[in-house]
Amino acid sequence: MPEIVEKEVLTPQIVRLKVIAPDIAKKRRPGQFVILRVDERGERIPLTIVDSDPREGTVTIVFQVVGKTTHMLSQLERGDKILDFAGPLGKPTEIEQFGTVVVVGGGIGTAVAYPIAKGMKAVGNRVFSIVGARSKDLLVLEHEVAAVSDEIVVTTDDGSYKRPGLVTEPLKEYLDRGDVDQVIAIGPVPMMFAVSELTRAYGVKTLVSLNPIMVDGTGMCGACRVAVGGKTRFACVDGPEFDGHKVDFKDLTMRLTAYREHEKQSYNQYLEYHGDK
Amino acid sequence: MDKKIKKKTLRLDRIPVGERLPLERVEDFREVPLGYTLDQAKDEADRCLNCKKRPCKRGCPVGIDCGGFVDRVSTGDIRGAVKLVKEKNLLPAITGRVCPQSDQCEGPCLVGKKGASVGIGNLERFVADWERKHGEVLPDKAPPTGMSVGIVGSGPSGLTVAADLIQLGHGVTIYEALHEAGGVLIYGIPEFRLPKAIVAEQIDGLRRLGVEIKLNQIIGKTLTVDEMLEMHDAVFIGVGAGAPIFMDIPGENLIGVYSANEYLTRSNLMRAYSFPEWDTPMFLGKRIAVIGGGNVAMDSARTALRLGTDEVALIYRRSQEEMPSRDEEIRHAEEEGLKFELLKSPTRIIGNGSGRVTSIELISMELGEPDASGRRRPIPVAGSEQILEVDTVIMAIGQQPNPMITATTPGLQTDKRGYIVVDKETMATTKAGVYAGGDIAGFGASVILAMGDGRKAATAIQDYLVSGNPL
Ligand SMILES: Cc1cc2nc3c(=O)[nH]c(=O)nc-3n(C[C@H](O)[C@H](O)[C@H](O)COP(=O)(O)OP(=O)(O)OC[C@H]3O[C@@H](n4cnc5c(N)ncnc54)[C@H](O)[C@@H]3O)c2cc1C
Ligand SMILES: Cc1cc2nc3c(=O)[nH]c(=O)nc-3n(C[C@H](O)[C@H](O)[C@H](O)COP(=O)(O)OP(=O)(O)OC[C@H]3O[C@@H](n4cnc5c(N)ncnc54)[C@H](O)[C@@H]3O)c2cc1C
Ligand code: SF4
Ligand code: SF4
Ligand code: FES
Repeated sequence: MPEIVEKEVLTPQIVRLKVIAPDIAKKRRPGQFVILRVDERGERIPLTIVDSDPREGTVTIVFQVVGKTTHMLSQLERGDKILDFAGPLGKPTEIEQFGTVVVVGGGIGTAVAYPIAKGMKAVGNRVFSIVGARSKDLLVLEHEVAAVSDEIVVTTDDGSYKRPGLVTEPLKEYLDRGDVDQVIAIGPVPMMFAVSELTRAYGVKTLVSLNPIMVDGTGMCGACRVAVGGKTRFACVDGPEFDGHKVDFKDLTMRLTAYREHEKQSYNQYLEYHGDK
Repeated sequence: MDKKIKKKTLRLDRIPVGERLPLERVEDFREVPLGYTLDQAKDEADRCLNCKKRPCKRGCPVGIDCGGFVDRVSTGDIRGAVKLVKEKNLLPAITGRVCPQSDQCEGPCLVGKKGASVGIGNLERFVADWERKHGEVLPDKAPPTGMSVGIVGSGPSGLTVAADLIQLGHGVTIYEALHEAGGVLIYGIPEFRLPKAIVAEQIDGLRRLGVEIKLNQIIGKTLTVDEMLEMHDAVFIGVGAGAPIFMDIPGENLIGVYSANEYLTRSNLMRAYSFPEWDTPMFLGKRIAVIGGGNVAMDSARTALRLGTDEVALIYRRSQEEMPSRDEEIRHAEEEGLKFELLKSPTRIIGNGSGRVTSIELISMELGEPDASGRRRPIPVAGSEQILEVDTVIMAIGQQPNPMITATTPGLQTDKRGYIVVDKETMATTKAGVYAGGDIAGFGASVILAMGDGRKAATAIQDYLVSGNPL
């Protein structure tokens, strides 16, 4: 069972864990994720591998507490073990020298975008990053992203930190400058949709990372199916990254609501029992 | 004619096996058949004519001497019967429950020519359960050879290879992608047909013999087959054919449409029927349509009935005769209230504004000329579309190979549908030191065939390890 060797509470809702998992650390490429389970009765949930250190055999995950499983995970401390931890899953991001790449991260999506920005920079791309959040206390990894970017713009919807407004505004400015070769956008579905619509008009290739509900993460169940270019694809094995101009975001939004009621019930029951922390 | 046959009076009817009543059993997930008592088993075994030609043995894919073990049951030598069965089949408690016996061992049984064939499956289950109660006959283990074999997947084929090779003194490590071992026996076939405790016992038995089982290891991702070959002297691939097939009809992404794999995995592996005590949710719809006619469809439908669904309809495009499911399953499902919508096929799934399934459109079929499978081909009847109101649809129309391993293993040849190409006798793949079997080898999809493949592979692997050359 993988042991937690480092824990950092980044914001009241967002936690970073470093976990011992040598096999995964060795194999993992940017864009890939793990599936984990916290306890015997627990759900399997996917979380992106934000960073890895093959030499010390560790991987890092960053997650936002949104329901029962992420809440339970946030309660684990250094020295605790995670029951099941499988990966690395999904296709790695295609990292090549494209030229200029704009990486857009929204909310917790920045955790998913960071390893990609890092990978893109490492092979010699010019990386412009735009990191957005609803408000300052949901903003993560600003400094990590800055360290691997040629330029960084930080936005908050409510203007509580740095540039007020949505990520699409600075993105439009970059696009207007005319030298963007590729855009990668990861965050809430409406944000990825908005970015894809914007870049479509400029004809700039845009990758998005989709977050459908998953069970096994190995292509066995089909829970994670998404409609891309009129075809059904399984995000866990064919993705999670797809061409944003081909993704049916309406279908994705709809499928994400599947268990809303169950999720609320499960989380409320948990909070009632364990006390709201 | 055989003398013995003349001596015995032919008893045409089977000793019925106790079963839980339909109304009681649909309330829970406990096993449906109760199994024979010792007296019942002896009585049933006594119907066997012990005929010389043993057509039953030829009907069993692994060649169990059915007449032989049944004869031992009739004389009360149960331990002897267990031994005979286990010469060919290491997991009789499982096959006795899930083999399609009427197409296999029981099909050609001589008694069956006049009346009901001898209940070989029930007797196999009986002797296996007797062994479970009276202490397992642990096989002798050869001294350690210092060699080791890596096995991918913990389904019946992988478990069989593990059992055979550990007894020969080799080190054995199983790598399983999921968090629980057993393959389809755990995540596919439901508790009411194959109690998980039985599968767990068999797996614990292997662990006691020294088999190491590593969970959460996705071969092709966590490790590759080539890396396994660096750690082991040979590799067996028994990953099943686990990727679900959808029909490619409109509405398949609506909320409430499941692959049978997802539905059964949520229920069996993730225990979603105990939500919210267990965290994984699933819909407990009121009206469910299951598409398909095999064991997978029947298991999905009977699971739905147990989850408190008001009405479950099975939609199958041919007639009941052509259904590939085990006969017993069809009968049990019927008793439990499953509605059969035969000679029908879905054309689209219809949803409401929030993307939830509200109904399914079906078209009637008629049967034409026999197709390649020998079954009459269903042809849609123009203008016969009809609407069935449902809130959940389960697609149980088949599986295909998952390319995760084949795509990451150079030198491993697959056929055009993605099955791994193997030698039929040795289960050797095109890659030296690598063997494959079970559903991924594509010769058929049943527990006993997977075990048969596993046995052949283990024999060939042993030769390979001893001689250093592939067969
Ligand atoms: C490939 C991938 C990578 C991801 N990476 C990250 C990450 O790095 N950091 C992060 O904070 N989150 C990430 N997520 C989302 C994360 O998996 C969900 O937040 C988590 O499953 C919620 O579980 P819960 O029990 O706490 O909440 P729940 O109460 O179960 O659900 C809350 C929300 O999470 C979504 N969700 C629920 N179950 C699943 C599931 N099995 N799979 C996917 N989504 C689900 C639901 O749509 C719902 O909106 C990723 C998702 C995917 C598919
Ligand atoms: C619902 C259902 C009901 C059935 N009912 C019957 C029945 O009544 N009678 C009967 O005879 N047959 C039945 N079958 C068919 C039978 O279960 C299968 O033919 C048999 O289980 C195949 O065995 P296998 O060894 O090929 O592997 P499987 O049982 O398919 O197991 C394969 C294992 O490999 C693991 N795996 C896959 N990929 C990887 C990877 N990359 N790395 C590591 N591990 C991996 C999987 O997680 C799984 O645990 C049924 C099947 C289903 C789905
Ligand atoms: S293994 Fe299956 S086919 Fe063979 S004798 Fe047993 S029940 Fe019959
Ligand atoms: S064919 Fe039937 S009667 Fe003959 S030995 Fe086999 S089980 Fe007995
Ligand atoms: S999560 Fe099951 S197929 Fe993708």
